[in-house]
Amino acid sequence: MLLGFLLRRGVITVVLLVGVTLVSFLLIQAVPGDTMSATLSEQALQDPEIVAAYRARWGLDEPLYVQYLVYMRNVLQGDLGVSQQTGRPVLDDLLTYVPATLEIALPAMLLSLVLGVAIGLYAAVKHDRAGDHAVRAGTLIGLSTPPFWLALVVLYVFFYLLGVSPSGGRLSTWIVPPERVTGSVVIDSALAGRWDAAWDAIQHTALPVLVLTVLTVAMLVRFVRSAMLEVLDADYVRAARAKGLPTSRVLTAHVLRAGLVPVITVSGLAFASMLSGTVLVEQIFSWPGVGQYAFRSASALDVPAVLGVSLFVAVVYTVVNLLVDLAYGLIDPRIRLS
Amino acid sequence: MSQILSIENLAVTLQGDQRVIEDISLEVPEGEIVGIAGESGSGKSLTAAALLGLLPDRSQTSGHAWWRGGAEPRDLLTLDQRSWNRVRGREIAMVFQDATAALHPMLTVGTQITEHMRVHLQLSRRDARRRAVELLDRVRIPDPEASLRSYPHQFSGGMRQRVAIAAALACQPRLLIADEPTTALDVTVQAGILRLLEELRAETGLSVLFITHDLAVLAALTTQAYVFREGRVIESGATEELLFHPRHEYTKTLVAARPQADDWDEPEQVAR
Amino acid sequence: MTEPRMSEPRTPDLDADRPEQAEAEQHTDARADRILARRRWPQRLRVAEIHSIWRQPAVIAAAAILAVWVLLALLAPVLTDDPIAQSPDLYQPPSAAHWFGTDELGRDVFARVVHGARLSLPLAVVIVAFSLAIGGLVGLLAGYLGRAADEILMRLTDLVFAFPQIILAMAVAAAFGPSTRNAVIALIIVSWPIYARVIRSAVLSIRTSDFLASSRLLGVGPWQALRKDVIPNSVGPAVVLATLELGNAVLMLAALSFLGLGPRPPAAEWGAMIAAGSRDLSIWWVSVFPGLAILTVVLAFNIVGDALRDRLDPRTARGVR
Ligand SMILES: Nc1ncnc2c1ncn2[C@@H]1O[C@H](COP(=O)(O)OP(=O)(O)OP(=O)(O)O)[C@@H](O)[C@H]1O
Ligand SMILES: [Mg+2]
Repeated sequence: MLLGFLLRRGVITVVLLVGVTLVSFLLIQAVPGDTMSATLSEQALQDPEIVAAYRARWGLDEPLYVQYLVYMRNVLQGDLGVSQQTGRPVLDDLLTYVPATLEIALPAMLLSLVLGVAIGLYAAVKHDRAGDHAVRAGTLIGLSTPPFWLALVVLYVFFYLLGVSPSGGRLSTWIVPPERVTGSVVIDSALAGRWDAAWDAIQHTALPVLVLTVLTVAMLVRFVRSAMLEVLDADYVRAARAKGLPTSRVLTAHVLRAGLVPVITVSGLAFASMLSGTVLVEQIFSWPGVGQYAFRSASALDVPAVLGVSLFVAVVYTVVNLLVDLAYGLIDPRIRLS
Repeated sequence: MSQILSIENLAVTLQGDQRVIEDISLEVPEGEIVGIAGESGSGKSLTAAALLGLLPDRSQTSGHAWWRGGAEPRDLLTLDQRSWNRVRGREIAMVFQDATAALHPMLTVGTQITEHMRVHLQLSRRDARRRAVELLDRVRIPDPEASLRSYPHQFSGGMRQRVAIAAALACQPRLLIADEPTTALDVTVQAGILRLLEELRAETGLSVLFITHDLAVLAALTTQAYVFREGRVIESGATEELLFHPRHEYTKTLVAARPQADDWDEPEQVAR
Repeated sequence: MTEPRMSEPRTPDLDADRPEQAEAEQHTDARADRILARRRWPQRLRVAEIHSIWRQPAVIAAAAILAVWVLLALLAPVLTDDPIAQSPDLYQPPSAAHWFGTDELGRDVFARVVHGARLSLPLAVVIVAFSLAIGGLVGLLAGYLGRAADEILMRLTDLVFAFPQIILAMAVAAAFGPSTRNAVIALIIVSWPIYARVIRSAVLSIRTSDFLASSRLLGVGPWQALRKDVIPNSVGPAVVLATLELGNAVLMLAALSFLGLGPRPPAAEWGAMIAAGSRDLSIWWVSVFPGLAILTVVLAFNIVGDALRDRLDPRTARGVR
């Protein structure tokens, strides 16, 4: 049955991915006026050769469904169009910027999961007592704070007022960037044995990671709390207590084990909120990642770039959710063994 | 005969001043099976929960529940966390109303039977598993060795209930509280479980507080019985006396409403 | 933007789509009694305790904050200067003359923040109203018709859920071109599916409950059942969701205009004001005050929504049991 489960999830994911490209394609169609004039720069439009090549490549003279198939083919070949701003293929741009985003998103994700589970469990155990109320207030504030504004405020406080943090970017200007191996400045510096550069890079990640974590943790905590409350109320937890097990064992072996299943499934969501967060936050920290790329493209109405980013993010997000589902299937014996 | 448990004027108020148990007094003689009957919502399960300190958060209790199965007599309603962990599972064990819900879906049967043995009896992993095999054998689970490695969802409803009973008996408790352990089962399985409880009582001197809806079960198994209604004991005494010469109006209607034999064929619930 | 979609689909254990599954399987009479007894809980909660949210000081504070904002929005033209009038007093820090200082064009930040409410609050209401109407209809249809209709409609919601909300909104708004109207359309497009999901769940849980079965037995037709049972019982979850989504709409609208995809300058919009202030940290007042405006409004909606959820949503009401 596990195989059936995998297959089902796989099929759903493929269908979703096709749907996602369809949405992306329809959005291109929705661009008012000629799609070409929206996607090509003024200069390019003057050149009949470029225009002809463009029409051929995107099948613009064909009926709509053919255009979609052409679009699909191009996308599958990694052709997401050319960014008007940078003049480079959108895919190349993405590949340049993704590692920078991962450098802050991954640590923030880890931190959020650890904190989210710990605080959520704490709140559930303290259900309706002072600790729970405090956590609830905190998470509500976290959820109500605009991410970009929070980024601005921490930058103002830690850089402008206190001067304990760099103003932005990945590395101080006077430090020569390490040779690019993984794309992560911290890791690349460490690989080159340049600990001062690595430390400097870590300091630069601190504030973006902090902001992304705050945003995601609020959501996670609420989710973990309600999942754990449900588990704490379950008969099998009461049964575990009735067996006279120490509280620590009840919490770890019984409550956490069951409560983590929904938490695993929600980590896909946490990932989405992280990605959304980067779009709104990277700009403030001059962090050259996908988020800043998306921000600049959106502000400049660089439609191919914006659609490329959203398609890319949707694909990543869908795949992450697939992985999450698989992890879930592996962890829960009811699915694994049925 | 000595009373291993005496409840005196137990009352329970839940959060929000909801008084669910008004006044309950009840005695369990050592080595006997005592029954509790009563309609749904009459407070049977909450009484059991009170005895193990498992009432919902912010419940308030009054009265006493004298427990004489330990080193010295203690009032169960006043125990602290530390003493609880010695009483629960070790001296008093419980079988819950719904075995499917009471077994952890993600822990193997082996873990769920052995974990408290290792805490209470300080058994090694090996010894605990050996004892678990004996227990499963005792409750007639086929192929106990393999069962230890299985998860609850791989068993049928009746087998899950027997696993839960095996887990409850693991540390040789003095008192077993069984909350409708057979309600969801078909008649043959039910008879097997009742026989098992009677055997254990006869062999090991286990005392049982048996909660049920079913007057036939009450008659077959228990010597003493209490009838609950709306959080009070409305009638009590020797089971036969109570069933054949009910004094209280309510008990009379209960006895009259008793299902006939052919109402009994509830199919055993299908295991998923 | 980082709105927790608590009722997201990928949460098998918390999904309301499978009401009381375990119990339904073991149907003896005693159990039926017990299930019915339990079913009555949320109902009783709804009627008796809906007003009790006013006992929470936080809810009173939140309602007061919202009332103040609505008043400010209504009275803005009387209370403050012209929000787009420029003056030579650029970059003035907060003072008696300009409570919140002035911005890069010498405009009064207080006037702009207050006028921002005239934009954000009604737009949030519009976004929520349309999303609720569309999503509610889709959810009712999907839940009530079932089968193929359900399948198609729900796959459609899946499709929207395949994108992180703000990113899809950004793509839609960018494709349609930046304007207030298009931002609102984009936000409606990304928010209706969550209503569809929640309403569908509510419909399904009623549909499968004994409650509807018994009205069927009594010979109540589908239309009457819809009107008498389904709609009234979907109201609770819908109200909770709408309240929370009001806050989310304010937040997302601000995010879009922060990205330059919302109302065009010189309109006084909170997100755009933060973007303007973000260019220079020394003029903190230009961005801090609009941010506080967003925070207070959204927080107030969230507090009220949260309190309502505890009372109206049977799933969380369970916690009281
Ligand atoms: N956690 C709880 N919160 C609030 N009320 C509860 C709770 N548990 C039980 N009750 C109420 O207390 C009363 C007694 O419940 P109890 O579970 O003891 O009944 P019971 O006699 O075991 O019934 P059954 O035969 O259906 O198991 C019922 O009215 C029930 O609704
Ligand atoms: Mg009970």
